[in-house]
Amino acid sequence: MPLTDELLRDIHRRMVRIRLFEQAAGRLFEGSKIPGFIHLYVGQEAVAAGVCVALGPGDQISSTHRGHGHLVARGGDLRRMMAELMGKATGYCHGKGGSMHICDLDLNMLGANGIVGGGVPIAVGAGFANAYRSDGRVSVVFFGDGATNIGAFHEAANMAAALRLPVVFVCENNEYAEYTRRDQTMAITDVVERAAAYGMPGSIVDGMDAVAIYEAAIEGLERARRGEGPTFVECKTYRYYNHHGVQTLGAKYRSDEEVESARQRDAIDRHEKRLIEGGVMTAEGLQVVREQIQAEVDDAVQFGEDSPMPDPSTLLDDVYSLPKGEVL
Amino acid sequence: MTPTGADTRELTYLGAFNEGLRQVMREDSDVFVAGEDVGVAGGVFGAYAGIADEFGERRAVDTPISEQAIVGLGIGAAVVGLRPVVDLMFMDFVLVAMDQIANQAAKLKYMFGGTAQLPLTIVTAGGAGLSAAAQHSQSLEAILGHIPGLKVVMPSTPYDMKGLTVSCLRDNNPTVLVIHKRMFGHKGGVPEEIYEVPLGVARVARPGSDVTIVSYSRMTDESLKAAELLSNDGVECEVIDLRTVSPLDIDTVVQSVMKTSRVIVVHEAVRFGGLGAEIAAQIQELAFDHLDASVGRVGAPYSPVPFSPALESCYVPDAEQIMLAVRKTIES
Repeated sequence: MPLTDELLRDIHRRMVRIRLFEQAAGRLFEGSKIPGFIHLYVGQEAVAAGVCVALGPGDQISSTHRGHGHLVARGGDLRRMMAELMGKATGYCHGKGGSMHICDLDLNMLGANGIVGGGVPIAVGAGFANAYRSDGRVSVVFFGDGATNIGAFHEAANMAAALRLPVVFVCENNEYAEYTRRDQTMAITDVVERAAAYGMPGSIVDGMDAVAIYEAAIEGLERARRGEGPTFVECKTYRYYNHHGVQTLGAKYRSDEEVESARQRDAIDRHEKRLIEGGVMTAEGLQVVREQIQAEVDDAVQFGEDSPMPDPSTLLDDVYSLPKGEVL
Repeated sequence: MTPTGADTRELTYLGAFNEGLRQVMREDSDVFVAGEDVGVAGGVFGAYAGIADEFGERRAVDTPISEQAIVGLGIGAAVVGLRPVVDLMFMDFVLVAMDQIANQAAKLKYMFGGTAQLPLTIVTAGGAGLSAAAQHSQSLEAILGHIPGLKVVMPSTPYDMKGLTVSCLRDNNPTVLVIHKRMFGHKGGVPEEIYEVPLGVARVARPGSDVTIVSYSRMTDESLKAAELLSNDGVECEVIDLRTVSPLDIDTVVQSVMKTSRVIVVHEAVRFGGLGAEIAAQIQELAFDHLDASVGRVGAPYSPVPFSPALESCYVPDAEQIMLAVRKTIES
């Protein structure tokens, strides 16, 4: 897929869609309209957008506890997403999953995951199915730097490499495992070094540069489709908000200066500058996109608020799959 | 679906598993097996003997020793439409993969609002009696049965082994098929044709009028032995083999209790917090007025499984302990 103007605009729309969705979700969470936990993706938009724009419709993605961005980037329905975050019956999971389990199997988005690293073996399983069927699909798994300290990651990475499965490992290194600095939890600087232990080629990309991420993703996807096994892409990114919730500044575990400095590298600003300088879009055009997406987000919020809570009679639904035609 | 019995011949308990697996693999190319040594070697217990020869290594996949990744491989493949059979060798290793089993596989459909379906079968060998010591002998069905979303299947005969294997592989849910290690070579009549034994339906292994013995897996055999010996003394026990501990067929149990008014529950797992406690509680909730005695329980003592044969033989419940428990319930 060549880097066309349309592709650049597409990447932009996906990033803005994530940011405006997440900002709205943050406000709703602060206003107690969203129950439970919320892990927002603001700051990391380039990763989801850059990778997802490179995917074919049949490729799968698996996500993390910070999973809204991946589903938005995959083309998720903002209405059903917002409704799910609010625990409404109209949500993607009918209010059974919430923020941490949001999914859209029709879009081959195999779910966010409440267990750090828990989605990695599952993504490798989807990759196995692709290889089993020789259907040319690739499974892409998103995970954070912290997840690479979990055994499941290592088992799954080794398995994918040993069985030469079509999987792309996308590490979003945002420098923090919850509220703990990466250099306190691992003795290496670049997470990609871990891929070498499994014989998996890897690269480091600027996680604030959606185009660089797109190009790295394409390389991994093509390699997988050629039957050459998994690839590891480490994206050096940054999480603007806290691990949980919306607080940005005044945190004990990191300095405000550090946050401000990361925001100077903001992926959306950078991409917009690229669009304008390349003559792909005008400032006015960008503004129109923002307004259109904001209207879509506002509509999703309204839809969520207007939606009913799940009926208590649905509590026990879907514990088991039933054979065709059978009811409990 | 129900076998006619015309083509029944003797197979071993393990052979019945192998045949059920093969027959489902022949009819459905989405079914494959993955796990440690299940390919070329045919499984450490021989459960997968000949599978790689017949279906190729593509469908009999040798994996690294990575229980979490093995189960995860099954989950991911199942959620995108395949029907994996993953092998965890020893039931104790279920604990190594517990996040993938309990937090992922069991809950996926529910968390995703019903949009996912997970036709995954986990096969594992449980039970003590081989001096395999504390990490290779456990019966952990209570832990698994406690997790909504899993089906836990524990056959006690070659006939049931084949039919339950077929049912597990055709079920659209995560099932855990527990093969008892001390029963591998047990022989019994198994029809040649493919058939299902439905999940969640107990069987009356021996009819009787005086005392109900509820059991499953290898303890069904011990219960039947006890029942024969007690019959010599004029005590007729009805032995119920649950076949699956989750879903639990409490109706068959309650029907029997309404007839006998006396009941004991027998399992090889540790008695404390075991399934016997759940079954006893349900019996008294559903049939309290029919009971002439408290519900008896036979299970292993509250200890890891010991190594030495001298200790292990005391640890695993046997026909003698079951007879004692039956006599106690009659005398009370």
